[in-house]
Amino acid sequence: MEKLSRIFGRIVQAVPPVFGVILITFLLTRALPGDPAVFFAGLMADEDTIAQIRAELGLDHSLPVQFLYYLRDLLHGDLGNSLSTGRPVLTELMSRLPASLELTLAGLLLSMAIAIPLGVLAATRPGSWVDHLCRVLVTAGVSLPTFFTGLFLIYIFYYLLGWAPSPLGRLDFLYLSPPQVTGFYSIDAALAGDWEVFWASLRQMILPAITLSLFALAPIARMTRAAMLAALSGEYVRTARANGLGGARVIWVYAFRNAALPVLTTLGMVFSFLLGANVLVEKVFSWPGIGSYAIGALVASDYAAVQGFVLCMALLFVVVNLFIDVVLTLIDPRIGLES
Amino acid sequence: MAATLAAPLTRLRYTLSGNPLTAVGFGLFALMIFLALFGPAIAPYDPLATRAVNALQPPSWAHPFGTDHLGRDVFSRVIVATRLDLGIALSAVALSFVIGSALGCLAGFFGGWADRIIGRMSDTIMAFPLFVLAMGVVATMGNTVENVIYATAVINLPFYIRVARAEVAVRRNAGYVQAARLSGSSSLRILATQLFPNVLPPMMVQISLNLGWAILNAAGLSFIGLGVRPPSAEWGIMVAEGASYIISGEWWLALFPGTALMLAVFCFNLMGDGLRDLVDPTRRT
Repeated sequence: MEKLSRIFGRIVQAVPPVFGVILITFLLTRALPGDPAVFFAGLMADEDTIAQIRAELGLDHSLPVQFLYYLRDLLHGDLGNSLSTGRPVLTELMSRLPASLELTLAGLLLSMAIAIPLGVLAATRPGSWVDHLCRVLVTAGVSLPTFFTGLFLIYIFYYLLGWAPSPLGRLDFLYLSPPQVTGFYSIDAALAGDWEVFWASLRQMILPAITLSLFALAPIARMTRAAMLAALSGEYVRTARANGLGGARVIWVYAFRNAALPVLTTLGMVFSFLLGANVLVEKVFSWPGIGSYAIGALVASDYAAVQGFVLCMALLFVVVNLFIDVVLTLIDPRIGLES
Repeated sequence: MAATLAAPLTRLRYTLSGNPLTAVGFGLFALMIFLALFGPAIAPYDPLATRAVNALQPPSWAHPFGTDHLGRDVFSRVIVATRLDLGIALSAVALSFVIGSALGCLAGFFGGWADRIIGRMSDTIMAFPLFVLAMGVVATMGNTVENVIYATAVINLPFYIRVARAEVAVRRNAGYVQAARLSGSSSLRILATQLFPNVLPPMMVQISLNLGWAILNAAGLSFIGLGVRPPSAEWGIMVAEGASYIISGEWWLALFPGTALMLAVFCFNLMGDGLRDLVDPTRRT
């Protein structure tokens, strides 16, 4: 019961950031240089048309009233229409979101799979080669521009070695996309039992996922190492050792479970970085996600689409942080006891 | 006087001997400043001069970094770009340092409503994936270099606010602050003369780490076509222009500007780590 009310409290705490995000996105839309009505009406419009469009867009009201209209539209899932395609922005974003999520999650999982064991090893063997490797990776990882690493992975693995497929999109044109269930090509193909498409989609994904994970590796490894060092110097670890428990048990059960909490918190921040880096990686690999869509919209001055994209990313990030907080509440037995 | 000077110097030597990479960081920084100041004077070719006959030449003695698709000398362009990249990063970080430390000091010193409003503001900024927010800001304010600077400054603000707020809040009721108040100093004067100097050491670390971030951010924005525009020489744009030649094997177009970018970020990170060791030895890792 205690935990349930805690979780509810967390959800309530997420309301102000969501409101702030919506407010800022709204202000960004209204801070457009010049008169949006003139912009939307086009070059050939006369005074009447512009006035009509202004009324249609609700721009003849005061700013607070406009904000209320904006909120109402959001509640109906209306993010406006994309200027270049004429389709609703929400539909466009939703059709591309799975591609971005699949790539981001693949990158996150890959970097966790490498960084967490690396951080633990570095903390348990300070001064060894693992520790030095960890330090080099951490310093180099934060210095690497994602778009640059991506390009050079393409150069090495596609141009020089020929191991990777051409870096264009989610699936080679030889294959048809699998029947849509989750929107994740790899999972959909596996569900459909189409292993050929499954491997093809994995092959397309591996270079961009490695690019993202190289970028996310550094903060996770750094945090894991620091948290493990702190946990290993704890009195409970000394007690466990004194009681004769085995090394692996002490490390993974006693120390790591305590170190997992700050690492999990860091994951939220890493996810934010990844959402940003994703835009660049999608451009490098022509990945048809919402990042590529936003870049296209930026080039075409398609403001509704850009605003929709910013809002969508921010809400996604808020939800991920909320999720991590809830998980923390569930797995940390101390939460709820201290109060 | 000699004693007060000797102690920090010994510590500097001690820190450098513990982490010789810090010296590398400062050396790279000096090189970058030199290139930013004198780049256009020492570049062997005009960075904007195109020569179609000379296009896509691999690195050679005449063109150590090769030539790009318009026959421009990549070496000269990489050198000349230093000024623009460093300029964007420095201005953005200076802006967020000034505004962020002012807001953070106010929040930490006065608490209450000031703290709550400023805290909410920085929480809201942090609720966005920062690169995405920068994209949105540049997209709506207009696609110019100045707006890239403002956008980069905005997304870095929360970090400065936090550092300044924390440093001021713990010292708000320290003995020397109370003494200053009793001797009749106004709040603003106490903030400026007694409290603000305490904020500076951790801020230096933050600035140094942030400069790397700011350069990456600006280069990322110009990579996707925001801010700096061709034919200006800028590392991010040069990588973007080189990107389409990677799959046909012309690697030098993107490699050299990309490496310059990487070295710049690396240098700021090394300096930041070194400064942190100096300022706060307990946080050494």
